[in-house]
Amino acid sequence: MITRLVFLAVAVFFGFLLFRLLRAGRVREKYAALWIVVGAAIILLAVWPNLLNNLADWAGVVLPVNLLFFLAIILLLGVSIHLSSELSRLEDETRVLAERVALLSLQVHTLEGGPQTEAPPPEELEPTEHAQEPAAE
Amino acid sequence: MPPAHRTLILMPAWNEGAVIGSTLAELHAVVPDADLLVVDDGSTDDTVARAEASGAAVLRLPYNLGVGGALRAGFKYAYENGYDRAIQVDADGQHDPTQIEAVLAGLDHADISIGARFAGEGDYTVHGPRRWAMVLLSGAFTRAAGVKLTDVTSGFRAANRRALLQYTRHYPAEYLGDTVDSLMTAIRSGLTVVQVPVAMRPRQGGEPSHSPGKAAIYLVRSAFSLLIAMTRRRTPALELPESTTTREASA
Repeated sequence: MITRLVFLAVAVFFGFLLFRLLRAGRVREKYAALWIVVGAAIILLAVWPNLLNNLADWAGVVLPVNLLFFLAIILLLGVSIHLSSELSRLEDETRVLAERVALLSLQVHTLEGGPQTEAPPPEELEPTEHAQEPAAE
Repeated sequence: MPPAHRTLILMPAWNEGAVIGSTLAELHAVVPDADLLVVDDGSTDDTVARAEASGAAVLRLPYNLGVGGALRAGFKYAYENGYDRAIQVDADGQHDPTQIEAVLAGLDHADISIGARFAGEGDYTVHGPRRWAMVLLSGAFTRAAGVKLTDVTSGFRAANRRALLQYTRHYPAEYLGDTVDSLMTAIRSGLTVVQVPVAMRPRQGGEPSHSPGKAAIYLVRSAFSLLIAMTRRRTPALELPESTTTREASA
């Protein structure tokens, strides 16, 4: 009985946390939807533990808890892969933005007719090019 | 009289302040007709100041994107500014400027021209896993392209406008994306490749690694990159819009 209450409390707590994050706009709905479904499933299992037993019986799993672990691992794996792909997409998008910023800023500075560095180049940068060469030819 | 083609020399640079001045000066002396673009890949040293001091245009990326990232930005610049062809050259002086004309001449017969180290000139040799990687890559690319390609990881390569457009669409920023993946995807999109023998000069910034462990990792990563690029769905190359093939885009 105590364990059921603990599970219930945990599920309710995370559901509440998620709801608050969602309301504050700190988690997008497309990411939260999955977690809300998971939270609901945990509440369901906490209230009716026999559900898991019946499900395990039906699936032919001897220990119901193994079914739970299996499903949980699959779910977490799926979420990780989803996050990796979202991260890659974001990196691609920021890459495009970085390129565009560079292209635009070069264009602006060309139009303004000045170099992009604020300070004028120091004296040792005078075009005596081969003096700068550190290594032998 | 203006040169027959507008050519851009594209140089990705990340903290190359020690060598970039002399490399640019030499390029300017050897190929005065070509425009120079340095793509600064988030350098923290004086790369930008030195590049600007030698008169090159500098495209400054706000943070480090890697070689592939820097190059794609440069290809976009070349394409959008109406250049007919672009050639990428290393900032460390490894690529001999006197060979640029030879590599560019390869574009008369193909969309992409690669300056290759193993094609008879120079004395560049490798062995062990690094050599196996070279054999694997050259075998796969020779089959795909239908012409003999022996040094596909060479960074000394030129592109015409058609290839520039292709590169602006697909040029991965990851390891080997700038050589293996982008080239294989271009070939599979129907672009043609040719290789031109060149001699490379020793790098100014130290020797390439000869550790067998690193070479083995390189082999695995090359094979993986190849696998990804070769199994990806083919996308036909984009057609160049008529209006931008002429030189009216530039003043």
